[in-house]
Amino acid sequence: MTETEGRVYHVTGQDWDEIVAAADEAGDQPGNDRLVVNMGPQHPSTHGVLRLILTLDGETVTELRPVIGYLHTGIEKNMEFRTWTQGVTFCTRMDYLSPIFNETAFCLATERLLGIEEAIPERANILRVLLMELNRISSHMMAIGTFGMELGATTVFLYGLREREKVLDLLELITGLRMNHGYIRPGGVSQDVPPGAIERLREFIAVMPGLIGEIRALFDASPFFKSRAEGVAYLDLTGCMALGVTGPVLRTAGLPWDLRKSQPYCGYESYEFAVPTRDTCDVYGRYAIRMDEMEESLKIIEQCVDRLAGQRPADDPVMIRDAKIGWPAQLALGPDGLGNSPRHIAHIMGQSMEALIHHFKLVTEGFRVPAGQAYAAVESPRGELGCHAVSDGGTRPYRVHFRDPSFTNLQALPAMCEGGMVADVIAAVASVDPVLGGVDR
Amino acid sequence: MTSENRPGQAGEEQAGEDRAALAGRERLSQPVLRTGMFGTHTSGDTSGYGRMRVRPPLAPASERPYGSYFDEVADSLAAGLEQAGSGFDEAIERVVADRGELTLHVRREHLVAVARVLRDEPSLAFELCLGVSGVHYLWETGRELRAVYPLLSIARNRRVRLEVSAPDADPRIPSLVDVYPTCDWHERETWDFFGIVFEGHPALTRIEMPDDWKGHPQRKDYPLGGIPVEYRGATVPPPDERRAYS
Repeated sequence: MTETEGRVYHVTGQDWDEIVAAADEAGDQPGNDRLVVNMGPQHPSTHGVLRLILTLDGETVTELRPVIGYLHTGIEKNMEFRTWTQGVTFCTRMDYLSPIFNETAFCLATERLLGIEEAIPERANILRVLLMELNRISSHMMAIGTFGMELGATTVFLYGLREREKVLDLLELITGLRMNHGYIRPGGVSQDVPPGAIERLREFIAVMPGLIGEIRALFDASPFFKSRAEGVAYLDLTGCMALGVTGPVLRTAGLPWDLRKSQPYCGYESYEFAVPTRDTCDVYGRYAIRMDEMEESLKIIEQCVDRLAGQRPADDPVMIRDAKIGWPAQLALGPDGLGNSPRHIAHIMGQSMEALIHHFKLVTEGFRVPAGQAYAAVESPRGELGCHAVSDGGTRPYRVHFRDPSFTNLQALPAMCEGGMVADVIAAVASVDPVLGGVDR
Repeated sequence: MTSENRPGQAGEEQAGEDRAALAGRERLSQPVLRTGMFGTHTSGDTSGYGRMRVRPPLAPASERPYGSYFDEVADSLAAGLEQAGSGFDEAIERVVADRGELTLHVRREHLVAVARVLRDEPSLAFELCLGVSGVHYLWETGRELRAVYPLLSIARNRRVRLEVSAPDADPRIPSLVDVYPTCDWHERETWDFFGIVFEGHPALTRIEMPDDWKGHPQRKDYPLGGIPVEYRGATVPPPDERRAYS
């Protein structure tokens, strides 16, 4: 380890006078007035474990260096040692605030490699869209909630988490889990919506606009919030393009680029919704876009629910009919919890030896994916989430790489913050909404 | 794998014959990567699958017309490269149009020139680079390491993929940071995980692993690691030592 330049102060509490005095003293000497501050990796406003090294001149940030890697868990490497279906279980844990998007990106890439993109049942696609939009709301609620907390508005934080919980309840009802669902699978989704879900979704659609309105009433025109957010962390279109920034940050620069519209997947072309934009390039615009997007997501959810209600589940499978790929069994709730449906177990154990062998081989070996590579991208709450999957023709991915939007968007932090005030760094980080689980994978 | 193994060429001349049979014959003429039962070497498994032979997948190449907008992209790129002073065939070693995606395999010394044309030529306008993904093809001697760049044109709503190879013995690829500044962190990540040296990168340091880490974890010759897990008297081996079915 190299010797640290200058004197080091560990800010451990009750020593602030010492630091102020040292900064004063340093400021008196010419050419020695910079203060290097380490922020994080454990800090309430760094959204996980992000470390920022700030060089300050007074209260002005002259240099900002983000340091990442504290949450690296080797998910991409691990996925090379599991089947394609098991891969979903791993990648859902990357960006833990938008698990459904991770799963969908991976499954779309897998399905492109298999050449079954057109064969995905309609009901599975509706469920994917429904879940993604629910997840978008929960992710944006968390973004705006922490946004509020970091700027000192704890009420908004509580509102955001309360509303997010409503979405998580629905996700739990449909997938069985609040997070890390493993619900979207190559070929479709793991199970159909349970009885009563349509009614619960309709209740949610009815109550949600009012709850979003409550947050709007607190934040939209609040002079305190606006003074912290307007004109802060400016990043224009040129900057976004050069730094590869996508998602709400790009749309705040005035470009209506949304993969759901421009390169639709999962049938997004058949839904009516708008792509909100702003041209302010600042923190306030990024907040406003997220609020608008939640309202647009509600519209999509409503259309999904109408379509689901208009279908008869018995006629519309949620998993591809190709028996070489589709998971052999449907899940059912039994007296000892969720498991394979009793009908399926009766079939493989009592009636068909071949079905048992087929089940066993597909579950333990997995299906083979033709050799090649594919890139599939979805519009996650944070931007373009891409999955580059390579197959060598075997039952496991040869390589999976995720282009996580948080990773790329974090790169833009120095461009947003340098030259600004140190307090605005907090607002800038919050407006990018990075999820470090996705950054480090 | 060498360029003799391209599937398209043999198939083109004997289009009358069954393509599947041809592809199967061609595959059987491939060298065998490894043999044995499902990749396990440690257990006394006697299930009878021990004669499995695993062959490397083919390195495909497409002939014109590539279909979709791919021919337009190739034409514009050829014209742009002509102006920049290098030919299309000189810079691009092969083109693959597969599953609705276009991959240009670029010779590494021409990477920066190709990227510049793709970005600046108005008829191409690939403004956005979506990062770098490394791949380590163990069996492709002399071209083991790959850097894969997915590019996106917002103006034309098109995608194209660049793939650059480097041998394990000389893992150098020119950096694209000058053309696409977004590649900064992505190239650091690929250096960290694969050991590809991006020449001309402003500060090629590790980004995910600790600074003093030895080795590059995503390479195929780097073990996954893990310990056996004991549960109710039975022992489950770590994931990379379990039976694999391919």
